[in-house]
Amino acid sequence: MPVFIPTSLSEATDLLAAHPSAQLLTGGTDFMVEVNFNHRHPDTVLSLRKLTELQEWNIDHSSGLVHIGASVPYATMEHGELATALPALAEAARTVGSPQIRAAGSLGGNLGTCSPAGDSLPVLSALNATVHLISQTSQRTVPFADFMVGPKRNSKLPNEIITGVTIPMTTGWQGYAKVGVRNAMVISVASVCLAIHDNQVRVALGSVGPTIIRAKESELWINSLGLSQISEVTAREFGQRVSQESRPIDDHRSTAEYRRHAVGVLATRLLQRGISA
Amino acid sequence: MSQHEYYSLTVNGEQHIVQDAWIGESLLYVLRERLGLPGSKGACEQGECGSCTVYIDNAAVCSCLVLAATVVGSDIATVEGLNDDGSLTDVQEAFVTEGAVQCGFCTPGLVMAVHHLLEHNDSPNEQEVKEALSGNICRCTGYGRIFAAVESVISVRKSTAS
Repeated sequence: MPVFIPTSLSEATDLLAAHPSAQLLTGGTDFMVEVNFNHRHPDTVLSLRKLTELQEWNIDHSSGLVHIGASVPYATMEHGELATALPALAEAARTVGSPQIRAAGSLGGNLGTCSPAGDSLPVLSALNATVHLISQTSQRTVPFADFMVGPKRNSKLPNEIITGVTIPMTTGWQGYAKVGVRNAMVISVASVCLAIHDNQVRVALGSVGPTIIRAKESELWINSLGLSQISEVTAREFGQRVSQESRPIDDHRSTAEYRRHAVGVLATRLLQRGISA
Repeated sequence: MSQHEYYSLTVNGEQHIVQDAWIGESLLYVLRERLGLPGSKGACEQGECGSCTVYIDNAAVCSCLVLAATVVGSDIATVEGLNDDGSLTDVQEAFVTEGAVQCGFCTPGLVMAVHHLLEHNDSPNEQEVKEALSGNICRCTGYGRIFAAVESVISVRKSTAS
């Protein structure tokens, strides 16, 4: 029952090829809860903690692309240059757990777990992020929309490691909002990311479906009206249309009815913030 | 590198050998049950309460959510190591004098969180203090005495620095 701590990406992909059932681990904020409560009994663990390639990030202003390594902690996204480049991601990062969790948790972990309640995932969806994967023999880049395929299911192959994401910056406003049962340390009951790029609105919904949902019909509707035509009435109708595109369920955290309502309110508010910014 | 029968951890500057450990053991468990360092407390074991807060390579994290065998080669600091001689730090003194300790279970984690905050920001405002301590749950005090203790440390440090 070994724990592997590779110090280079090639060593990591070699180890994963030899141990395809190994659990990949960075911050541990999801995985260790399951281990502590005896829900999982790890056999082989491949720690990504020492892979410096996964801890790097950069902002390329000429191409408008931001690269964030899979192990960069949320704490790094909350303030500073990354927060200026990607305000919606910063807002989402600030809602993750507590300071202790944000010092450990990362986009790679959120993508690896792929919970519909993953706080960063609506942002990656609305901002048209791509996910970078590497195996012993190949590399590929997958749009987020093709990466998350179900609740806690993604298209990553067992021999692949998530190395990072590339996120295009937007020309317009972007923001994130989340509803939970309290203000700190909470898993989302509903969340929305709204971004405006080249005067086109994009909106992605979290915790209200089996995957993150891009509300495409609502986007088409609001974009056919044009941003200058948005009034309080149309912003409300936008929220109602977004609600209709959600597919929530009843579970231990909330009801489908409440989630459907909440996601519409959040979408209306974000649109109003976006056009008044 | 792989670990089988044993591995070693650097805690408060000292090397500790961890032997015959199960692979899934959290750092919190190893610190308390294998290394005899019970200062970090285990309450929720799911990263909600902050009572197990330690520093790993200077980041304040929940030790219950760290797989112990993955932090070989990292610098781990616990509440026991805050002062080399084992005496109380100014934060700990302030917790005592301001009445910020009742049952005391959350105290080590809070002390770690306060030291971490003040190391990065020597004059945090009220909002910044609340945000920095938002990952540490106390069920006794209602937090008022804890915030008073932090305020006291900030003002004492300022007056002694000037």
